[in-house]
Amino acid sequence: MVLGLQLRMTRFQWFIHLASWGPLAVLVWDYFQKNLTVNPIQAVEQRSGLIALSFLLFSLACTPLNTVFGFRPALQVRRALGLYAFFYATLHFLAFFAWDYGANLNFIWLDISDKRYILVGALALLILIVLALTSTRWSMRKLGKRWKILHQWVYPAAGLVVIHYVWSVKADVRLPIAAGGMLALLLLVRLPPLRRWLSQKRAAWGGRIRSIASSNPPAPEIK
Amino acid sequence: MKAIPSSEITPEHLYRSRRRLLKGAVFAAAAATLAACAPGQSTTPLAAQNSSATPIAAQNPTAGTTPGMTPAATAAATTAMATTDELGAPLTSYKAVTTYNNFYEFGQDKESPAMVSKNFVSSPWQVTIGGLVKKPMTVDVDDLRKKYTQEDRIYRLRCVEAWSMVIPWVGFPLAKLLQEVEPTSDAKYVRFQSLMDPKQFPGQEDSYFQWPYVEGLRLDEAMNELAILATGVYGKPLLPQNGAPVRLVVPWKYGFKSIKSIVKIDLVAEMPKSLWMAAGPNEYGFFANVNPEVSHPRWSQATERRIEEGARRATLKFNGYDAKVSALYQGLDLKKWY
Repeated sequence: MVLGLQLRMTRFQWFIHLASWGPLAVLVWDYFQKNLTVNPIQAVEQRSGLIALSFLLFSLACTPLNTVFGFRPALQVRRALGLYAFFYATLHFLAFFAWDYGANLNFIWLDISDKRYILVGALALLILIVLALTSTRWSMRKLGKRWKILHQWVYPAAGLVVIHYVWSVKADVRLPIAAGGMLALLLLVRLPPLRRWLSQKRAAWGGRIRSIASSNPPAPEIK
Repeated sequence: MKAIPSSEITPEHLYRSRRRLLKGAVFAAAAATLAACAPGQSTTPLAAQNSSATPIAAQNPTAGTTPGMTPAATAAATTAMATTDELGAPLTSYKAVTTYNNFYEFGQDKESPAMVSKNFVSSPWQVTIGGLVKKPMTVDVDDLRKKYTQEDRIYRLRCVEAWSMVIPWVGFPLAKLLQEVEPTSDAKYVRFQSLMDPKQFPGQEDSYFQWPYVEGLRLDEAMNELAILATGVYGKPLLPQNGAPVRLVVPWKYGFKSIKSIVKIDLVAEMPKSLWMAAGPNEYGFFANVNPEVSHPRWSQATERRIEEGARRATLKFNGYDAKVSALYQGLDLKKWY
């Protein structure tokens, strides 16, 4: 299933899929409207990277949205969001490799040999490729228990992406640090003690939250 | 994406020789039309004072119309005046030069400076030159323009972020100003300071950086013939986003050294600490010479993207001004003194 598209999708899934193409549409629009400065290559590189990171964070937010807030539909879009993250990361890579460097391996080698941020970015992309390739139901069945361990590699991948971002900016690291903070938060709420504590809190708040979450009990962890 | 078969790609040596032919033609045309076009450029008060038009471009390599040149190339050559740098690279457009700027005082993205600076007041404007000098002075920028012959200088600008432009500045050698104030024997460095005015420079509200912007040069660097104080670009007075009304241009160094909107120049004994040195001491050194062999700690400086050009190009040592500035750094470990 390409990008997790299924024939029968809930409205929420439709919404997420449509919204996920939005950033690409805006990027293409801006390109043709010449809204990307006189250095459009750099603009596309930076923006596609930011979009990819955002989708990675979105996909990592799905599990806590369910466990902490009891928002079950999040689980139905987790894979799709992860695949969109991969999609935009690929776009980001192609902008760098094919457009910026014209696939000139000489130049890429010159630069890569001491551009640390490219190395960590490339490593993160490699992980995402493996995860994308094994994101099918068939792989899940085939890999069984190992599938879960394999897909926990998304955590180090996300960490690498944040480092990639921090190292690529000139001096002002506030935005990359903010992204790192969000990632840390999303990982923290996965820790069993904290997760249990938050779930209990939610049970105590009960009614109010349930009305927001349209009375869905949290789904059992399926990952 | 369709790959271009390798048979269709011009071999590098042919490509280079083509470039040389083209360059020769352009310079021939440039030399022939220089006299003719000079009055044309003089429509602005700034350029009216041009006496030595493009001293760099004037050092032409051998020129001549060459058989085998395409009609397009010939046409380009005949309409060309000083539209290239001395290496034959075309000027970056006025639009790009005035809309793609790093000027954190106006905001951190490239387009903010042009948009935010519309109401910037750059006249009247005074510059104070003092410190270890015998004749300190405070002078109006208009007087600076009148006092010193304004020259056209086509310089490459290489940003530390690995993009570059070719820009026709109008300005005068910094050395002339420094000679006039007569530095004392204790003066070893020149410290430049930009305007501090958060009302006009909203970026200065952001205390992440230590405002005002400060930059520095060693005295011998400042006296180098390439170092200019620019008051204009493309024959017009500088726009605020380019550092109006007066800015430094030191083309063999990364762009951030070329401090904008200068209000104060001091001759000092100690190496001044620039804003970028304060922001990232391990990453931005005092010298900041363009050097493909010395990487920024986090990224390579081996190649660059010339704005409005398709492919990347290799970065040149001292941004291609090796012959004029390398003597300044004899015996200096450029890896240590980045």
